[in-house]
Amino acid sequence: MKPVDEKLAKSFGLNAGEYAKVLEIMGRVPSFTELGIFSVMWSEHCSYKSSRVWLKELPTKAPWVIHGPGENAGVIDIGEGMAAIFKMESHNHPSFIEPYQGAATGVGGILRDVFTMGARPVANLNALRFGDPKLPVTKRVVDGVVRGIGGYGNCVGVPTVGGEVNFHPAYNGNPLVNAMTVGIAAQDKIFLSAAAGIGNPVVYVGSKTGRDGIHGATMASTEFDASSEEKRPTVQVGDPFTEKLLIEACLELMQTDAIVAIQDMGAAGLTSSSVEMAGKGGVGIELNLDDVPQRETGMSAYEMMLSESQERMLLVLKPERSEMARQIIEKWDLDYAIIGHITDTGRIVVMHKGMVEADIALAPLSDAAPLYRRPYIEAPKPEPLGPVSSDMSLEAALLKLIACPDLCSRRWIFDQYDSTVGGQTVKRPAESDAAIVRLEGTNRALAITTDCTPRYCVADPEQGGAQAVAEAWRNITATGAKPLAVTDNMNFGNPEKPEIMGQFAGAIKGMAAACIALDFPVVSGNVSLYNETEGKGILPTPAIGAVGVLEDAALARGIAIAPGQDLVLIGATYGELGRSLYLREICGLETGAPPVVDLAAERANGDFVREQILQGNVAACHDLSDGGLLVAVTEMALAGNTGADLTQADTTPAFCFGEDQARYILAAEDAEPLLTAAFAAGIPAQKIGHTTIDECLTLPGGVAISLSILREANEGFFPAWFA
Amino acid sequence: MRAGILLFPGINRERDMVLAVRQSFGTEPRIVWHKETDLTGLDLVIIPGGFSFGDYLRCGAMAAQSPVMRAVRDHAARGGYVLGVCNGFQILTETGLLPGALLRNAGLRFLSMDTMLKVERNDTVFTAKYAKGEVFRAPMAHGDGNYTADEATLDRLEGEGLVAFRYHDENRNGSARAIAGVYSPNLRVLGLMPHPEDLVDPLMGGTDGKPLFDSLAAA
Repeated sequence: MKPVDEKLAKSFGLNAGEYAKVLEIMGRVPSFTELGIFSVMWSEHCSYKSSRVWLKELPTKAPWVIHGPGENAGVIDIGEGMAAIFKMESHNHPSFIEPYQGAATGVGGILRDVFTMGARPVANLNALRFGDPKLPVTKRVVDGVVRGIGGYGNCVGVPTVGGEVNFHPAYNGNPLVNAMTVGIAAQDKIFLSAAAGIGNPVVYVGSKTGRDGIHGATMASTEFDASSEEKRPTVQVGDPFTEKLLIEACLELMQTDAIVAIQDMGAAGLTSSSVEMAGKGGVGIELNLDDVPQRETGMSAYEMMLSESQERMLLVLKPERSEMARQIIEKWDLDYAIIGHITDTGRIVVMHKGMVEADIALAPLSDAAPLYRRPYIEAPKPEPLGPVSSDMSLEAALLKLIACPDLCSRRWIFDQYDSTVGGQTVKRPAESDAAIVRLEGTNRALAITTDCTPRYCVADPEQGGAQAVAEAWRNITATGAKPLAVTDNMNFGNPEKPEIMGQFAGAIKGMAAACIALDFPVVSGNVSLYNETEGKGILPTPAIGAVGVLEDAALARGIAIAPGQDLVLIGATYGELGRSLYLREICGLETGAPPVVDLAAERANGDFVREQILQGNVAACHDLSDGGLLVAVTEMALAGNTGADLTQADTTPAFCFGEDQARYILAAEDAEPLLTAAFAAGIPAQKIGHTTIDECLTLPGGVAISLSILREANEGFFPAWFA
Repeated sequence: MRAGILLFPGINRERDMVLAVRQSFGTEPRIVWHKETDLTGLDLVIIPGGFSFGDYLRCGAMAAQSPVMRAVRDHAARGGYVLGVCNGFQILTETGLLPGALLRNAGLRFLSMDTMLKVERNDTVFTAKYAKGEVFRAPMAHGDGNYTADEATLDRLEGEGLVAFRYHDENRNGSARAIAGVYSPNLRVLGLMPHPEDLVDPLMGGTDGKPLFDSLAAA
């Protein structure tokens, strides 16, 4: 074993200052295992050392928030004594090195964060960003990630009901895989991680520990370079079958009163779970690694403490209930082992083969963790977009837009995900702006979405951060649901670069403003930094996952139109083409300022739309976002296999493809009552056309395109790519 | 009719099945753990979908060796009713209660979408509430639904009227003769790949699957 010194600390990811702090806390040179514990606990991934000061700016409270950030996942009140428990988490770095397993274990990890709190997972979503589709590597990564998400999610029996996919060359070396899980629990049956009860047994449940994923958290805290391929062994391997057993075993055990505290072994495995549980409870913990179930021989204390083997949980049990707990766990064919106990020392003591391998005071390990207010440069405000022109007809532009990788149908992807298991999926992928999942045994449903528009964020991080939150809120609103809370997944480049920190700070500022204006607190989240390869960073991507509730699931609206309906545009249109997909795909430019996010208009327009839906005045609803109005109407027409006539609408590209925010298209049997109500409420509204019985979309100005041609263009990309 | 739903480790559509049975039967099905061996009192044994034992050896192969399957064989031999859906169908072929096997889908990808099924006959306890030749919608969600058997077996199944359902719109998984479900010779054991239990509530998009459970409830 190498001598413990500053050089070794550096190879573990600790800089000289951080190592000096370790020496100060320990009062001696730490052991190899102790250094390993410090390095993972103080990694960016576990300590949030670069982001913590900024995350504090986000609003986290509301009357319906039961547990905000700080627990394994956020918990909100969804009525009738039930709670929704949810979080989104990245698995970016592993998914580049090994796409299938990286994505699969991303799903597994976020599931555990949710069921560890007592919730049955009822929905998975994923927000994915990939590089240039022209590159062979992108195809390989897309294929592996989609198969990995499906392979894991389908097997555990949690429906994958939604998500988003973008492509951009900035993700060539750093795809983003952000997985979100939503679970349901009774409000009086929520389990937390703070350990308590001196002498209580510490119990290990789940898969055996191997050497996989050692230092995964550290890997996730550095940039990539040519040697990244060598890090393949740090990617874990997922076993969804064991995860399924773990879900059922834990939920069965949670029906009893045996559990004092519970936490999954995620990043930094046994180290972070034991340190966090004991730390939060203000107690100490002693572990005897001889009793850890192991799947390889000759593992050292260091390897066991840092392994990120999947599908493992750590529990503190009431001693008199431990035998009953053992029976439940073993009924599900899972390993159950008492590997230690809670102490009153305030220290973590790790024993192995009769030797003390680590003995660290817990308080300084967490309290003295590095905290950086890194220097940042605010992103310069982009110049507004000047006049743009294109010779392309509306018809040709629309066909090109709906066929491009960022706007084409995602059917090829979601057809590989089981979206109906559980029997509660009211709206499946692409049927509505947010997925709708009923709460079993009630009339209520959750509306769930993920959103972010990175091309806006790179131009103006503040507007982009606000837009991501606003779009998530809008997508939930468009179904008729009341938006309740947010989980955020902050994906950025190297925080040691002031311009990257400036992007982060700007995004947080915009998100905070939007969350406050929309009563949409952040209850959980995850930060992924160092998304850079060879010094090139990704587009700043503050992905937002959001949850809302509908009291009557039958009122949920989808996007499909039907014959005999008027189409009404809600919200003001100024024709914002800056950073739009029209600009990029048709004019070949990625310039200008992104659309302005007017939070007061968002709120007013959205509240109006929701009210109209709940009053039964709306047959279908779709928010306007990527691609603007014509793309939205095309999606509504294809979803309903129904034509629409927009002959009388404005023919300018700015009206047809502008990406102005705070807008919706409503379909209703009669536009008049909607227009009257909107006028009374001071909400901009105009009739833009009506649906038809012929299967054509008639564009502003009168050119008609058959739905079959539109469908062919929209459905073509993925099947052709993977043919 | 008294129904029991088998639960193997890794099964994941048992909750969907409970809802469908509860709705049509008006009674609560009994959940039977795979290590149980007594099926006394059950008229209908249902094996739901999922990934029993992770599908790690071969879909359904491990579950076919579970203690409860000996009791299921006895139940079938006594003329009891058995319904296997998706992984349940795979388990029934692995057990030998139904002929043939389910291979990887022809395109080697998991397929999750609605499919249209044609009812080949409506004089069975499972299909009495459908019309003969009726086409109904059912979600499918499987990686291994490509039904196969030797030509002689396929000819026999067709000759004896033991094909229960065929894919009517598109044979996406590549099944021989577009077979989606088959009966045992006494028409009391049915296995099929798609999930009628996930389409029994208008809120979930339709009730196309409900007649199958109503048929059983009325038997």
